[in-house]
Amino acid sequence: MIVPAEFYLVLATVLFFIGVFGFFTRRNLISLLISTELMLNAVDINFAVFNAYCHPEHLEGFFFTMFGIGIAAAETAVAIAIIINVFRNAKSIHIKNMIELKH
Amino acid sequence: MELSTNLLIFTGLSLLMITTAFAAVTTSRIMRAVTYLLFVLFGTAGLYFMVHYTFLGAVQIIVYAGGIVVLFIFAALLIGKGTIDITHTSKRRYFAGILTSMSGMCIALYLITNTNFVTDKFTVDGVTMKTLGNALMGTAKHNYVLSFEVLSILLLACMVGAIMIARKK
Repeated sequence: MIVPAEFYLVLATVLFFIGVFGFFTRRNLISLLISTELMLNAVDINFAVFNAYCHPEHLEGFFFTMFGIGIAAAETAVAIAIIINVFRNAKSIHIKNMIELKH
Repeated sequence: MELSTNLLIFTGLSLLMITTAFAAVTTSRIMRAVTYLLFVLFGTAGLYFMVHYTFLGAVQIIVYAGGIVVLFIFAALLIGKGTIDITHTSKRRYFAGILTSMSGMCIALYLITNTNFVTDKFTVDGVTMKTLGNALMGTAKHNYVLSFEVLSILLLACMVGAIMIARKK
């Protein structure tokens, strides 16, 4: 017996909203980035599952997931470079010190 | 519903992923959070293997679990003491987070369970490497050579940008 597609969708939903919860409650730039990765990962699962169960003859979801993984890698590299630079200048990566762009 | 091996593996994977994802957003030490994130990424690779997208699972392990987690560990070690999340968030924000994620989850789960997806086309064949290569490098309909090239330029730009940003003056 194969696992129904809805099971995967429910799992991806739970993972996505765990990421949202982390994004609301964490107060540290690297933790925020980890929460973003969780959300991206859940969305990738959705793409792959919809492709495998609904349209296996086209590979749109497959390639969207693959390009999504590549873009996530690029985004993480740039974000971590920014975080390290912020830490070098502000001596902290706590979110309450990141107020220079506010005004 | 009879209990099958597929369902057992799926249950195990989902339990592992949900516990470790929750631990990743609640633990107070960044190194632990990164390690928990690694387990979530491995579980995702397992899910890709379960829908017979073996190439995607391999990409997930190589790029995410091999590359991104190493970047996170580097950042956590370079920043050091500043990465401990000691200052706990205010009650109000905590409550807002729970409320938002719970209501969003309820809406999404309601929509998923009340929609009839046409999901009867699942095959255990997966995709062959030949199909993949042709689709990735072809220029016809449902081929992806343009996005492939654009992604490679994006990766190059990100590499240069990351070096420029993180460079010491």
